[in-house]
Amino acid sequence: MSTLHTVNKSPFERSAFISALNHLGPGDALLMIEDGVVGARKASAFAGLLEKTAKNFSVYVLGPDLAARGMAEKDVIQGARLVDYGGFVDLVTEHDRTQAWL
Amino acid sequence: MDAYVLDSHTYEHDEEGYLKNLADWNKELAQLIAKDEKIELTPEHWEVVNFLRDYYEEYQVAPAIRILVKAMKKTFGPEKGDQKYLYQLFPYGPAKQACKIAGLPKPTGCV
Amino acid sequence: MADVKPPEIASNIKKKLMYVNRKAPYGTIYALESLEVVLISAAFEQDVSLAFLDDGVYQLMKGQNTSGIGMKNFSPTFKALGDYEIKKLYVEKESLDERGLKPDDLMEISYEDEDEGFAKKPSVRIVNRSELTQIMAQQDVLLNF
Repeated sequence: MSTLHTVNKSPFERSAFISALNHLGPGDALLMIEDGVVGARKASAFAGLLEKTAKNFSVYVLGPDLAARGMAEKDVIQGARLVDYGGFVDLVTEHDRTQAWL
Repeated sequence: MDAYVLDSHTYEHDEEGYLKNLADWNKELAQLIAKDEKIELTPEHWEVVNFLRDYYEEYQVAPAIRILVKAMKKTFGPEKGDQKYLYQLFPYGPAKQACKIAGLPKPTGCV
Repeated sequence: MADVKPPEIASNIKKKLMYVNRKAPYGTIYALESLEVVLISAAFEQDVSLAFLDDGVYQLMKGQNTSGIGMKNFSPTFKALGDYEIKKLYVEKESLDERGLKPDDLMEISYEDEDEGFAKKPSVRIVNRSELTQIMAQQDVLLNF
């Protein structure tokens, strides 16, 4: 019984990102989409926290949203995996429910 | 602009006849709205209308029919807290029609 | 696609639905929209609960007075939720603490227990973050506002 948590707001602007991290349960996964992808940037203020999270939970970033903001896989923290839209759909089906933090 | 006219005063309403301003309501206006709805207001009608106004005053929401029935039952007993009874008084939907006459917005969830 | 069945509308299986509220009232439309959706969806008779965390806890503050900002004070409507069979309002303790708030700062919201002679029981339940995380994990659907 696991949950996919999506975050679509930048952690620099809203608390949704931190709230999502605070409410991850066993087996849950985190997927950053839209402006949420800026939270996955290497060496950013949130990188340490996210790297720690990635040790215990699966962390994903939506590739097209990352690319749209001038970033690529090399720019995101270690432990985060890129997915495309098909991968997004797979993640939704692999989990029991989705919680969209906004 | 759609409006009720009473004693040369105008009271704006929406396209379905619900008053735009809650504060506009008075008993004469209620009579006028009821007439538009083809309802002759009896003491039993007034009981429901006043009950709805009190409910709105307390909770700031017009109750859906199911909730109205339950709340009426609690206050007036099972005879009046009854869907059939309320439909006899307000044939086109107690919550909808009675709310309109009571000067309240359309109940949330009524389409 | 001929064998696709329509969804079972008349299903007797109640789903566990939680509305997760994270925004203060009035500054944005989220809080009011959430409450309206809750009232409308009550007609579907599901197992509904509400969670208040982060700035969402401000939605339940006592003594809200909106007369100066020209907006409707919808906080009394939370007290009608018992009539709508919504009896579980979870408030996250950490969110209160972070904001310098105490359970006493929140409105008293109750429901009447039909099984116990309509005894009034509190709807608001203060839970800590890990408890709330567990309760969320038991839901069928989570709707965030």
